[in-house]
Order: sequence, then C-alpha cells, then structure tokens
Amino acid sequence: MALDIFQEKGVPLDRQVFTWKDLVRRPYSKLDDDAFTRVCVIYMNGIMADALRTKHAIARMNRGLREQLAIVRRIEQFEQTLINWLNPADQTPLETTLGFEQVAIEVTASVALREPDPYLAQTYRFGLLEDFDHLYRYGALYDRLEGKDPNNITQSYTDIIPGRPTSVEHRYPVDDLRRPYDKRTAHPLTKIHAMSITAAENQTHDYYMTVGPFFPDPAARQLYAEIAAIEEQHTSMYESLLDPDESILEKLVLHEAMQVYNFYSCLAYEKNPRIKEIWQRFTDYELGQLHHVIQLFQAAEGRDAREILPATLPDPIGFKEHREFVRKTLNQEEDLASNGPDYVRMSELPRDHRSFVYRDQLNSEGSPSETVAAGYQWTPGTELAARAQRMGSVLAGKKVH
Amino acid sequence: MKKTTSDIGMNKTGIGTSPIDSADITKAAQERQPSHLGDDTLILKVRQQYALESGGVGSVPPPSSLKGVAKTAVDMLKGSKPTVFIDKLGERAAFERTGTRLYQGALAKFEVLGSWEGGPTREGLERILNDELSHFGLVTEALVKLGADPTAMTPCADVAAVSSMGLPAVVSDPRMNLRDTLHALLVAELTDNAGWEMLIELARGLGHDELADRFQMALDAEAQHLAMVRGWLSAGVTLEARANPVPQAEATNAPTPLV
Repeated sequence: MALDIFQEKGVPLDRQVFTWKDLVRRPYSKLDDDAFTRVCVIYMNGIMADALRTKHAIARMNRGLREQLAIVRRIEQFEQTLINWLNPADQTPLETTLGFEQVAIEVTASVALREPDPYLAQTYRFGLLEDFDHLYRYGALYDRLEGKDPNNITQSYTDIIPGRPTSVEHRYPVDDLRRPYDKRTAHPLTKIHAMSITAAENQTHDYYMTVGPFFPDPAARQLYAEIAAIEEQHTSMYESLLDPDESILEKLVLHEAMQVYNFYSCLAYEKNPRIKEIWQRFTDYELGQLHHVIQLFQAAEGRDAREILPATLPDPIGFKEHREFVRKTLNQEEDLASNGPDYVRMSELPRDHRSFVYRDQLNSEGSPSETVAAGYQWTPGTELAARAQRMGSVLAGKKVH
Repeated sequence: MKKTTSDIGMNKTGIGTSPIDSADITKAAQERQPSHLGDDTLILKVRQQYALESGGVGSVPPPSSLKGVAKTAVDMLKGSKPTVFIDKLGERAAFERTGTRLYQGALAKFEVLGSWEGGPTREGLERILNDELSHFGLVTEALVKLGADPTAMTPCADVAAVSSMGLPAVVSDPRMNLRDTLHALLVAELTDNAGWEMLIELARGLGHDELADRFQMALDAEAQHLAMVRGWLSAGVTLEARANPVPQAEATNAPTPLV
C-alpha cells in the first residue's frame, strides 16, 4: 500500500533519540546477507550524508534557519552513523567500493526505468553505463591485487563486464552540466530521483577520495584517483538536474520527502529482520522530520506543501538486478557523449572537441583503468581459477610441486 | 557470540547460490571482449616504475644520547652499519608490544566464551601475555643501552606492523571467536619466532654476544608460545570437526632451499 505522507506523521523530533550502544550495532554479514542488504546500507548512508551536506551548505548562507537546521541535522548525523556502522569490519575498502558501484548500477537503473522525464531518464542511462564500467575496473583490481572474486560481493546479480570505458568518460567541465527540471512542471518523482542520485554519487565521490590513499599499490591509487574524478563529474552532472530556483525551504521539504521515500523503499525490500527494523524506525523518524520542515515551509512561504509534494509516495525503488535493461542500454548507448547539455554520438564530435583534448591530456601518461583491466574477463573464482584449470588436474596428477 | 566457526548457513558468496544468474553473468562475461589488450602484468609494471622512484617508508632516527652518538661513530669506523641493528630492535620491540595487546584481547574472549578440551587456559594465555610484555621490556632496555630512542617507530617496525595489520583486526572483532583469534595468534607467533632467530643471528654477527644470550632466552619462550598456540588451535579445529586427534604433520624432508 502506498504511503500517505500527509496522513502519516511519524515520530516527533523530541522522541528521536539514540545511545552509543544503539548506534553501534551488530553489522550485516558480508558472507551471509544478501548483496542488496549491503546496497541499501551503502545507498542510505549516501542519502543521509547528503542530508547533512545540504543542511550545512544552507546554514552557511542563511541566518534565520540555522537553529532549525541544527536540530534536524543532529538527528540525521546519528541516523547516518547507525546506518554506516552496519558495514562490517571484514569488508575491506575495495569490497565496499564494489558495493558502491553495485548501488550506482542497480539503483540508477531502477530510477532510469521509472523516470517520467525522458531527458532525465537519458541522463541516468548515460551515467549508469559509466558506473557499470567502474564495477568491471574495480573487479579486475580486486582479482589482480588480492586474488579474490568480485562476484563474492555482487552475488551474481550484476554483470562484471566493460561498459563505456572509464578512459573515455573524462570530459571538459561544462560538458557534464545538464538542463535542470522545471520546479513548476516537473513530476514530484522527477525531483525525488534527481536528489537521490545526486546524493548517492556525491557520497561515492567522497568515499573514493577518503579510501584511495589507503591503497599501497600505485595502480590502485591511480584508479581511485581516476574514478573519483568521474564521480566528481557525475555529482556535477546530477546536481545540475536540480532546479536552482526552488526556494531553500522548498528544497528542504523535498529533501526530507526524498529521505522518507528512500527509507520506505529499503523497508519494502529488506528481508533481514534486524536491518528491516532500522528502516522502519527511520521511515518514521523521517516522516516526523518531514512534517517539522513542512511547518517551517508553510509558515515562511504561506504555501501549502501539497503544491510541491505528492499525496502518496511512488512505488519503492527496485532493489533487484537489472541486467537485461543495462545490457540493452549498453548495446544502444555505449558510444554516447555529451556536448554541453546535449547527448550526441561520440563520432559526431570533431576530433578537437574540448572534451577530447581534456581527456587526452589526462590519459597522456597512461590510463589507470585500462592498465588494471587490460585483457580482463571476469570468470567465476577469479582469472587464476581459469589459469589453474589450464594446468590440468593436480589432484590426480603424478606429483604435487 | 557464536562459539563454533564452520556451520552450514546462508552464505551467498559463491556462484552456487544462484545457478541461473551465475550462468547468465558468466556467459555475458565470455561474450564481451575486454576493452583493452594486455594482462595482469601491467599493474606490476606500474608498481615497478614507482618502486624505482620511491624513497622508502622512512629512516632510523639518529642516536638519542651522547653515548649512542659515540658508539655509532665507533661502529661506523669499524665499517659496520649500526642502524640496521637499531631498526630490527625497533621492529621486535613494536611487535612484542602489539603482541601483549593481542593476548589481552584473547583473554577477554576466553573469559566470555570459555575454552575446549586441549584449548587455551587462563594461565597459559596470561603467561604468554606476560612473556610478551617482558620481551618488550628487554628490547627497550637494549635500545636504551645502545643509545637509541626506544619510542621511535623504525622503518622495520612499520613494515612489520603493516604486514600484521590483520592480527589486531581479528582479535578485536567480537564476531570472531576464540578459535579465530588463535589463528591470528598463530600467525603472530610464527613471525615472532623467526624474528627472534634472525635478531639473535644479527646480534652475534655484530659482536653483541651478551645481548644475544638474553635474546636466546626470549626465543626459547617464543618457541613454547608457538607450540602452545598451535596445539590449542589444532585441538579446537579437530574437536569441532569431530575428527580423531593424530600426531602432528611435518614436511617429509628436511627443508632444503629450492634452487
């Protein structure tokens, strides 16, 4: 049943409380939990990081809202903590990275399929093919650096194959900017989608910028540097879809509604009862925060929040595999490029196009994403399993060396 | 916390979890060619290039006392390089200090989870903990005697800590039980034994026989630690598997270097 966000008031702010023990819980299991449990945790950490980021940005430019922002933001700090601390310690930064890319593929695919605005849907498909390639590059790195199988993390839901090659994703800054939706005419789902994917990509960027230097291997350090640059491009691209003419309070109301929608989506998906209980609790918390911000909005702007919000939430995000859709998109749109806000075939751009000049400069001393995945084809059990198999049976052979 | 380690459950990491999806993604991976030619050696070439440009992780600090300065000067006049010994002593001191923390963590798990037949005892764990602490003290004293700063992190101490980064991670993770923790301790003791052996060889080679004699006592204790930890772990694994205890397996031939 669809959630009526005006009817459901959630938990009032003064009852949204935590303890340190409550915040630091037993994490999910890297081995036993479903890959989409990890996807939800990584995704919702990104959503909440953006809740804080957005409110901090506003607080730096708005005197009147500072107190109210601080009150809501502190609760969101703890929501994000509880969520992010669900990641287990035996999950290395590279394994978490594979999870980030699975988020970027499967959540963006779900969004692209449902997005009512064709231009925004095209933008999601465009970004999707690039993140799809990142999973393949990081998968190759994981196999070749540590001798481990990236499919242990992605659990056969997501293809580990090249997308639009990362080495051609580098663009001149203005070729990453898109035309924003129009706040007056856009469907509420369009606004929720754009805010959600912006949040997810921004967190992906921040994560790579944080963990990249943890890697000793210079090829890994280069790969993180390269893909972090693309995530910065993607953050620029997706945030440019947001209408900059929305008022600050309008943005705050939409952001809270977006958070409710995403928690509600995780709640609809999750099967692990320990994690599901968290999504239920935070759906209720976010409803409380939404109504708090709606009051601020209505008092300050004299407008009814129903003008900007849907009465009921759209269908939840599909936390499931989208291989058929991704393969079809890859088949039809791999060679797309952007010229300013417009999508064109790469071959339609002149050889001296600013984005080509830009990318050739960056790649002129070698391409990390090409280096780590040179000749790589994912195979179950790592590429070493295939190599060992070619040596013939050791168990039945004459001698073990 | 679970006391057992190897139970059947809902592990979803292998391709057997979802044979239809697995066959589908395997086929897709076979059909899609890599975007660039080459193989896994290209990563190694980048590593080699950076290795040639590298300045190492850092250095051994200068002697911290006048006596140390004088001794270093004399040693250098004799043609030896005293900083190597300081570096390796720094490594041992750091490893023993971390080892003490590892056994504190093991004891905490022992208290809450208990042991098994042939498994660790409180006395055994406490004895090793105290040995590690005294070995830390021994090496610290040796460093001071040589005029070196025992609080400095030397390059070899850093490398040893990076090499064993996973050990505190296992010991401090409450999801990993006492048997898992013993696995980490086994890795530590194996390294520790070889570390002391090589330190004694180095000390004798540099003429520090008095120190080498003291270090030999530490090595004797470490050999006992290794036997204890290996025995506890082996008993735990054998017991959980409900296998028959058998004599310790060894390599058929005495180890000879492969040429």
